[in-house]
Amino acid sequence: MRHEIFERHSMLLLIGILIVVAIGGAVEIAPLFWVNGTVEKVDGMRPYTPLELKGRDIYVREGCYLCHSQMIRSLRDEVERYGHYSLAAESMYDHPFQWGSERTGPDLARVGGKYSDEWQRAHLADPRSVVPESVMPPYKFLEETPLDYRDIADELRANRAVGVPYSDEEIADAQKDLEMQADPGSGDVDAFQKRYPKAQARDFDGNPKQITEADALIAYLQMLGTLVDFKTYHPEAPENRR
Amino acid sequence: MTTAAAERQSYRFDLVLLPFIVGLGFVAAMIEVARSPDPRMVIQGWTFAACMAGIAIWYLRRYAVGAPDEERGPYLDSVIKAGVIASMFWGIAGMLVGLVIALQLSFPSLFYFPDLPWTNFGRLRPLHTSAVIFAFGGNVLIATSFYVVQRTCKARLFGGSLAWFVFWGYNTFIVLAGTGYLLGITQAREYAEPEWYADIWLTLVWVCYLLAFLGTIWKRQEPHIYVANWFYLSFIVTIALLHIVNNLAMPVSLLSTKSYSLFSGVQDALTQWWYGHNAVGFFLTAGFLGIMYYFIPKRAERPIYSYRLSIVHFWTLIFIYIWAGPHHLLYTALPEWAQTLGMTFSVMLWMPSWGGMINGLMTLSGAWDKLRTDPVIRMLVVSVAFYGMSTFEGPVMSVKTVNALSHYTNWTIGHVHSGALGWVGYVSFGALYCLVPWLWKKKTLYSNALVEWHFWISTLGIVLYITSMWVAGIMQGLMWRAYSDYGFLEYSFVETVQAMHPYYIIRAIGGALYLLGVLIMAYNLWRTVRTRAEATEPSAMPALATEAA
Repeated sequence: MRHEIFERHSMLLLIGILIVVAIGGAVEIAPLFWVNGTVEKVDGMRPYTPLELKGRDIYVREGCYLCHSQMIRSLRDEVERYGHYSLAAESMYDHPFQWGSERTGPDLARVGGKYSDEWQRAHLADPRSVVPESVMPPYKFLEETPLDYRDIADELRANRAVGVPYSDEEIADAQKDLEMQADPGSGDVDAFQKRYPKAQARDFDGNPKQITEADALIAYLQMLGTLVDFKTYHPEAPENRR
Repeated sequence: MTTAAAERQSYRFDLVLLPFIVGLGFVAAMIEVARSPDPRMVIQGWTFAACMAGIAIWYLRRYAVGAPDEERGPYLDSVIKAGVIASMFWGIAGMLVGLVIALQLSFPSLFYFPDLPWTNFGRLRPLHTSAVIFAFGGNVLIATSFYVVQRTCKARLFGGSLAWFVFWGYNTFIVLAGTGYLLGITQAREYAEPEWYADIWLTLVWVCYLLAFLGTIWKRQEPHIYVANWFYLSFIVTIALLHIVNNLAMPVSLLSTKSYSLFSGVQDALTQWWYGHNAVGFFLTAGFLGIMYYFIPKRAERPIYSYRLSIVHFWTLIFIYIWAGPHHLLYTALPEWAQTLGMTFSVMLWMPSWGGMINGLMTLSGAWDKLRTDPVIRMLVVSVAFYGMSTFEGPVMSVKTVNALSHYTNWTIGHVHSGALGWVGYVSFGALYCLVPWLWKKKTLYSNALVEWHFWISTLGIVLYITSMWVAGIMQGLMWRAYSDYGFLEYSFVETVQAMHPYYIIRAIGGALYLLGVLIMAYNLWRTVRTRAEATEPSAMPALATEAA
């Protein structure tokens, strides 16, 4: 048997292992970066606003993805429960993706606009005060913690470095945009919404005195799944069939 | 190699490379402490600096006082002893955290503390998974691989204190990652949560690990590389590849704990599950198969059942595993062709897995009576049986129609734990029960009766755990898709949460029993170390294995 050659030469064994394990990944993953139609072309997708991005950071920090998926599968009951199945395009600016693997709690891919800010606030602070059977942890500290957004321009820049199309203007105005989204009285909301279509600007945490982590997280939750215009998306169109 | 040349070579590591790495690590940590505006980075910096200082003091003491006599033997065993102790410590810690989060889901009002954000489920869950997989499992793998590679190569570990640096460096990574989770520092990639700087440190340590392992193989006195070492080597090399690719990210700044992954959305998802599934395939399977291929033949005093099957098992397993990642993403926005490939290879994976199981189990041919008399070998054999069970369940769950029901439910949790508690846990316990008397030169364990208690209590724990999660998962899946007579969804989501309550409690009881078993084990091992009876170590190679190879 010729296998002896691998048993006698450690470097041949090492190279053999590397070749054998490289094949699967190369065939499966690499084409996703260049095969047309891996990500659908849709109307409405835009990068996160600075406040939403900060909210997403908090979502990541608190490990929300461990109990909540953001991926509605193309199954009848899921589409009826949560809305249109998720498109690849809807997470094209997600670094990292947050599709999740568990539903200890419900899917959040389209939670935006389903509940009021007040409900989100009360639910985050004490989940069992609104949903008695819930097993979710309490996040009261979010509304008590001022949002640290000193590095928001750097965050946009880091996102741009990995491919999110933020403009120079958006990076320069990141701090102003963030403050204005949480306190619309303080700036030109129309210009902001031209840059970030469908962005909602209001005091999300009901506390006009300061911008808190709850402002950011609720701003993020309230925009989830609201961007794509499904009136112009035709799943049966040839370019959308995969 | 002459003794003098070996000494020169170890000095190169001991006096140049390792002090350089530790010094550089300390300086980098102090720069972060001094300059970072992020208080969480400052805490991480202090933690890392303290670890580096600890390692430095350890080295200095070692050179001032001199290595203890026992380290002058033919093999470097003191680092393996340290690995055994670290394994037990992290095992107990990680399982305890697991019990806490199981109780949080069972009794949320009792086990959540609104004023202590770091005790929330979302921060403790990665602490649990990392502590049991990487801290417990990783230390077991490092310790056993160092033991096995020395014995089967008849050579002392390569590189002077390199192996010690691997041990300290790896555990530094664990401390940095674990405290980071509590502070909310995470990449939000399952089983790859540590942030960019911890990832860089791990890469460095891992290269040293590869060097220490491979270097020992280079020094071997045996012509052939023993089969267990193929598995260990594939584990070390492939984990390096997976770790580097999956953690490619852009830090917000060099002073920030935060980074954004290089890939996004669907590409990011498949990269992550390519990593995630092969963390199972190479960390939790290939590595622990290395344990199986050494400790079962050794303990049973029988040769491995089939040499040819070992070869087929090895190459097919590592080839097919890599393809299976997409089964975590069925019916998602991942393109259909990738889903189908992932499912197909997952089903095929059943064959090499069972080939390995047969090779492990049939090694007991002619020694089956030992199952009655030796509880340690029973543990090793039952671990292989659990391996067979969960590697059958896995392919079933990766079939699209089954996955439509099982995905997102507790069935997945049950599946993972039948592999983790049954296979990884038991094969590790078996190896540790073997190693402690061998390393500390004792005739036997302190008490075989306590091993029996450990075995039966933890088996009961596993049964409660996995059956409760099967029932919970299937119930969850069926409730989500149930329709009423009028064509509406029958249950609201929260009704399915409520239905989980009794099963969460049963699961917590199962986990508590498993933890109790490990505590009994820790006591038994500690008493073994403390007994006086000295014995010589058994012969290094598994019986007849060299001839068979």
